[in-house]
Amino acid sequence: MKLLAAMSGGVDSAVAAALAVDAGHDVTGVHLALSEAPATLRSGSRGCCSKEDAHDARRAADLLDIPFYVWDLAARFREDVVEDFVAEYAAGRTPNPCLRCNERIKFAAVLDRARRLGFDAVVTGHHARLVDGVLRRSVDVAKDQSYVLAVLTPDQLAGALFPLGEMTKDEVRADAARRGLGVAEKPDSHDICFIADGDTRAFLRTHLGDQPGPVVDALTGAVVGQHEGTYGYTVGQRRGLALDVPAADGRPRYVLSVSPVDRTVRVGPARSLDVCTVRAAAPVWPSGARPLPLRCDVQLRAHGMVHGCVVHAEADGWRLALSTPARGVAAGQAAVLYDGDIVLGSATITSAA
Amino acid sequence: MAYLDHAASTPMLPEAVAAVTGAMASTGNPSSLHTAGRRARRVVEESRESLARSLGARPSEVVFTGGGTESDNLAVKGIFFARRAADRRRTRILASAVEHHAVVDAVEWLVAHEGAQVTWLAVDQVGRVHPGVLEDALGDDVALASVMWVNNEVGTVQPIRALADVARAHGVPLHTDAVQAVGQLPLDFAASGVDALTVTGHKFGGPLGAGALLLGRDIACTPLLHGGGQERDVRSGTVDVPGVAGLAAAATVATERQPETALRLSRLRDDLVERVQAAVPDAILNGDKGSGRLPGNAHFSFPGCEGDSLLLLLDARGVEVSTGSACSAGVARPSHVLLAMGADEERARASLRFSLGHTSTQADVDALMEALPAVIERARLVRR
Repeated sequence: MKLLAAMSGGVDSAVAAALAVDAGHDVTGVHLALSEAPATLRSGSRGCCSKEDAHDARRAADLLDIPFYVWDLAARFREDVVEDFVAEYAAGRTPNPCLRCNERIKFAAVLDRARRLGFDAVVTGHHARLVDGVLRRSVDVAKDQSYVLAVLTPDQLAGALFPLGEMTKDEVRADAARRGLGVAEKPDSHDICFIADGDTRAFLRTHLGDQPGPVVDALTGAVVGQHEGTYGYTVGQRRGLALDVPAADGRPRYVLSVSPVDRTVRVGPARSLDVCTVRAAAPVWPSGARPLPLRCDVQLRAHGMVHGCVVHAEADGWRLALSTPARGVAAGQAAVLYDGDIVLGSATITSAA
Repeated sequence: MAYLDHAASTPMLPEAVAAVTGAMASTGNPSSLHTAGRRARRVVEESRESLARSLGARPSEVVFTGGGTESDNLAVKGIFFARRAADRRRTRILASAVEHHAVVDAVEWLVAHEGAQVTWLAVDQVGRVHPGVLEDALGDDVALASVMWVNNEVGTVQPIRALADVARAHGVPLHTDAVQAVGQLPLDFAASGVDALTVTGHKFGGPLGAGALLLGRDIACTPLLHGGGQERDVRSGTVDVPGVAGLAAAATVATERQPETALRLSRLRDDLVERVQAAVPDAILNGDKGSGRLPGNAHFSFPGCEGDSLLLLLDARGVEVSTGSACSAGVARPSHVLLAMGADEERARASLRFSLGHTSTQADVDALMEALPAVIERARLVRR
């Protein structure tokens, strides 16, 4: 096949491209320039976006002896990922930008362009398995990225290749070292790639400005603190609340809800975070729709635990009846359905109770 | 493989390879006083005299540098600093709107950090600066003017002699970036009337990383690199002996062969242009025609295509071309040259440069024409 390997400059995408070359495919590498003002050198734990990362990707392509180009997707990325991220927080939801990037950039803008240029598919270094159109978790459960890929449609998956799904991260690094790839020891990236210092609240403040309001105890209705913007809070958050009035029972309080309309953050005890019903909209079935109601597992945040559930059809999506309560379910995150390690579907959480 | 990107870098001439490798085999710092040093010094000075002869300059006017970018920076910043030091009112720089980034960015750095002002000289639709435009912009506050000999993207030759006359009448030094001209256009530093002229080896068959600034004897230029003062106290650093030997050897051959090279490349280029226009009727030839254009240059906009896509698709078919615009992280920006010529951003992004050089043959053009129609058709499917 004629394949386009998306190469971030990290070890995963370099090994994925190498495996595609090994398999005899005709591979071309591209680095996606996602920042409109890329830094010269990498900083912190970001794993892409600087010119140094583009350089690392280029060196990997050199070693694999494949053509290499840089595609400028910074404007698309700003519109579809960064601005969406800010707007979601402004609306009191908690977005997942990696999921959005897969949905709108890597397997939309890039895949579309690749197909028009005559490529059959896009190869990435995601940790997930994709066999015969069925998306499954990586064998390395700790590194599994199926949660942020579950939003892809069957057509998008038909143009995707994830060669790393059968490998653990340690095996990927060992493979990179064996090949002499310079990125073998490059640290994993953790933070959101477009927030250089990892300070999401400060990033949002520069975009949304100060929007001060009260922090209210959901049980008593008393104002227990002030905040500078609801966007700095996410459901289930405990740290950084800086409350003036301690809870009556002395136990920690958590963010229960975020309401930009009246600029109110509501806090309360951990048990108030427990929900048994989750509603989610705009469902996607990566391997084809399943009949509802459906008994399966659901994961409600990246790297979260799974809960047994029954999925019921609703007007614009799903109502999930959880068999065990889930804690800290935030609107904007994805509800991803699994059958064992097989991904069944994904939808965006709209509310939980 | 068909290499149609000689304007980026052209293969080294065998004479230059011989000169470089010959010099590499012998020891010596040209600044040293002993026998080995004298031997190295002799190579440098003979190279200086030879390069001067090839380019119509005096040996004392040759300042060896590390290439075109350094020469441009030295000319723009060095002459600016010296002229402003002599008269504090001289803070304005005149530069054409189609200069290479080595000039554009040097000027913008002076604006950002040294309180310089800039007047970008407008060009016409083929990218040419008219002497009247320069005349209108000149004044007592001008430190220097910079207009390239021939544009690296669209190949438009500037009326350098006429521009130099205008600048001279106002007592303003004129620098010209002539890196694309050597070996393809007749070039004589003295006859041109310019005060400073940039050349670099790898554009005419010399080595990479070796260039020169021809600097008139009466032109003051503040050094940017300080140290031993090796090059007329304007440029410090141990001279790259093999590099300048190769530079001079390439210049000798390239300038000797210039008339026949120009004729041969013009014919090849005209054939390329004709066949591209026949195969892609809506292709737009950017730049001038005939003698107003660099012989080895053809530059087109292909409506409905992105230059990036065309480059990738041609590369996959063994045809090597350029979008012609500078890039840092490999990200293409719409060419400031085409925008200055009045093209919109879409047309600027739809462009491709084909450049021929001393090793180009009919087979290269044939290979391009074999690949191009299918590539254009494919690239038209890719729209944002």
